[in-house]
Amino acid sequence: MLCIFCPHCGEYREEEEFSARGQAHIKRPEDPEACSDEEWGNYMFFRKNPKGLHHELWVHSAGCGKFFNMTRDTVSYEIKETYKIGEQPSVVAAEK
Amino acid sequence: MSEAAETQSEIFAQMDQVPAAGSDVIAESPLSNFHWKTTGAEAGVTLSEQGLAGHLVLRSAGNSSFEAAVEKVLGMSLPGPLQSVSDDSGRVIRWTSPDEWLLTVSNSDAFSVEQQLRAEASGHYSIVNVSGGQTILMLSGDSAEMVLMKTCHYDTHESSFPVGKVVRTTFAKSGALIRRVGESEWELIIRRSFSDYLALWLQDAAGEYGLQII
Ligand SMILES: [Zn+2]
Repeated sequence: MLCIFCPHCGEYREEEEFSARGQAHIKRPEDPEACSDEEWGNYMFFRKNPKGLHHELWVHSAGCGKFFNMTRDTVSYEIKETYKIGEQPSVVAAEK
Repeated sequence: MSEAAETQSEIFAQMDQVPAAGSDVIAESPLSNFHWKTTGAEAGVTLSEQGLAGHLVLRSAGNSSFEAAVEKVLGMSLPGPLQSVSDDSGRVIRWTSPDEWLLTVSNSDAFSVEQQLRAEASGHYSIVNVSGGQTILMLSGDSAEMVLMKTCHYDTHESSFPVGKVVRTTFAKSGALIRRVGESEWELIIRRSFSDYLALWLQDAAGEYGLQII
């Protein structure tokens, strides 16, 4: 079991209280009508699947019910940090 | 009553959920028909249902008018993360989320407290009466903590779960809002629809320590 720090409750809780909700920081296009089909399709359906650092959206579903973001290593499962929606991660992958 | 508060009362249909005096509607708590199997002898665990209380979910994200209304009407401030406050009459406010609290009052007070809060507060907030959806169980005794340790994975040691703290977590295969009321006294707020299952679970978990129902 992983112990996950909820930034809203301010303490570590068991993984069982949380649900993962996919990639974080997905920005809805400002003007959907102006998108090409490809741009809209990428926004709607295409997600990153990195080997290594990944930024994910999680929800403390059995606790406070709030969403937050997590930086996690998809190889080691190590959780680098959790942070509130609207904040930026401090741990990021090096640009390739 | 301020103009904003007046508009709010018009928008929201408020209903007193307590059957009127003389009504043939019988109020029954979720566990009123549950047949507890108690052990009779030395009881390490004591359970009681505090059914038919008034439960109000309060929501506000930094609305100072609402915070002031709570202080004026209830004489208590909204508590911070994982904390609770209570008064001598048994009213309790529990933190459940950064913008959500659970207030419990007596069944007969729920409607008037809601009306008073609405009369005082303005701006963006919400008050929802969820009295019919959940019930309160009080768990106490020397072995009450052992029952909790079987039931949820949250660390119940005093260093992690001091008196007054409130934790919403998984509880058996359901969930509960747990408040430590005293060193060996715990309050569990559970969903009505899970109350039969959780009563059976608690009865089984407490069996080895001896269970008494009051
Ligand atoms: Zn939380």
